Amino acid sequence: MNSTAYNYQNDISIRTEGLTKRFGNFTAVDNITFHVKKGEIFGFLGANGAGKTTAIKMLCGLSKPTSGIAMVAGYDVATQAEHIKKNIGYMSQKFALYDDLKVWENMRLYAGIYGMKEKIIAYRINEILMQLGFENEKNTFVKTLPIGWKQKLAFSISIIHQPEIVFLDEPTGGVDPAARRQFWELIYATAEKGITVFVTTHYMDEAEYCNRICMLVDGKIVALDSPKKLKDTFSAQNIDKVFRLLARNTNRT
Amino acid sequence: MIQVEHIEKKYAKVNALQNISLHVNKGEIFGIIGPDGSGKTTLFRILSTVLLADKGKACINGWDVVKDYRIIRNHIGYMPGRFSLYQDLSVEENLQFFASIFKTSIESNYYLIKDIYQQLEPFKKRRAGALSGGMKQKLALCCALIHKPDLLFLDEPTTGVDPVSRKELWDMLKRLKSEGVTILVSTSYMDEAARCDRIALMMKGKFLIADTPSNIVNQYNEKLWAVSSDAMAKLLIDLKNYPFIKNYYAFGDLHHITMQANSKSDIELQHDLHEYLEKLKHQELFISNIKASIEDCFMALTGGSSDTLHTTKNYE
Repeated sequence: MNSTAYNYQNDISIRTEGLTKRFGNFTAVDNITFHVKKGEIFGFLGANGAGKTTAIKMLCGLSKPTSGIAMVAGYDVATQAEHIKKNIGYMSQKFALYDDLKVWENMRLYAGIYGMKEKIIAYRINEILMQLGFENEKNTFVKTLPIGWKQKLAFSISIIHQPEIVFLDEPTGGVDPAARRQFWELIYATAEKGITVFVTTHYMDEAEYCNRICMLVDGKIVALDSPKKLKDTFSAQNIDKVFRLLARNTNRT
Repeated sequence: MIQVEHIEKKYAKVNALQNISLHVNKGEIFGIIGPDGSGKTTLFRILSTVLLADKGKACINGWDVVKDYRIIRNHIGYMPGRFSLYQDLSVEENLQFFASIFKTSIESNYYLIKDIYQQLEPFKKRRAGALSGGMKQKLALCCALIHKPDLLFLDEPTTGVDPVSRKELWDMLKRLKSEGVTILVSTSYMDEAARCDRIALMMKGKFLIADTPSNIVNQYNEKLWAVSSDAMAKLLIDLKNYPFIKNYYAFGDLHHITMQANSKSDIELQHDLHEYLEKLKHQELFISNIKASIEDCFMALTGGSSDTLHTTKNYE
């Protein structure tokens, strides 16, 4: 289907229709349909092997769907992958920072890769340094930063080009409880500015901070709603209980 | 079983371990709980005889980790934090390999790993590198167990593992404990603390406290409140601006706070806060006294903002 023919709405960041990925006779992502609104914090949950990473790879334009449609930032993942890459940010638990480069050099590098203009780069670097309270650390080598700071820096760099959507793949693993909470304050502030946040996590308390949660079991969506509604529907005290209830029915590892 | 006296370890200018002492009894599950960079892995490496401490002494089953490292290695199972099996060998081949280097066979100790290995068996021909995160951890645990060690050192076995698989791993550890295996396990998930007999909370190379989870929680000496409303994000900001607030944290579907008591009773404190939040248009307000969790204790012990550049500077 032609991407322009597909009805893309302005307040929608991601829309999928029957998105499917097969490897041989194994269906990793099985006919998933959902949409994510602009500025929404969308939690993507599932057990290990449920198909989260495969789905994210397709949404980032790194892997072609076997069938179905996915529109990300207005572009078709199957035919306009390069456009998508320019309009999204991505951060995983393995922060892609260069230890032997300084804080500002890391920012400069990524801004260059995204093809940003010199003037805008200088402006954005200062803006981020201020936001993070990093002004005095501009010339610090990244390897000497504590992990919580690296995490905030990696996140800010993933949105240095002000993408429409940022994908966060288990961004908070391993940091201390206070840093984990500070990081979520940063996520809130980002969503507030209209950037859509698509996040996976294994911390079920963090799932509560999402506007909506999508649960994946064996490549299929088994639940999609606000945390509150999910708890009501499954008469569960918290999202951890909902997760256990749903993910227990897996046939896959 | 494990005795550690005043261990110190420095890397260049970073004090990775500072005066660490620890006693773990036979058949005990002892948890080391702390964020990345707190020194957990350094401690595990020293106890597994693969790294030398600068100062102090450590014994495993009475054997010295420096002098008697060869004997110790036959009696421990070590599962490093980083996946360190052979990615290009199949599930079955990895297990066979580890059994053969310890001069044993999969069959002779199968009962120890049966519960987890059964889940892996449908994939035994699959390359280890192609397994999902949870399955890799399960295989690594099997490989660490196949020579029937007396002690098990598990460095973050549940990191990156989903809640269901995490629970299975902990159930498994409980069964091993009943077989008499002593387990030293580290984690950055605070909610796993309750599954240990005793825990040490660790930060920046130091133990903040070491005790049973219930004793640690009972030592929390402040009045802790849980608050929620229909607008949780706004609520956190409003709580931050409340004149009598001390600490405030988002905690899943609740916010946890402490307040300045000013010789007021609990009922008065609750009433005043309720009134303040009601004026700010919060609905479905819920305010209640709660018992602290390990995560609350950790944040209280580290003063909340533990991860500041200032303290890193002290390392340099």
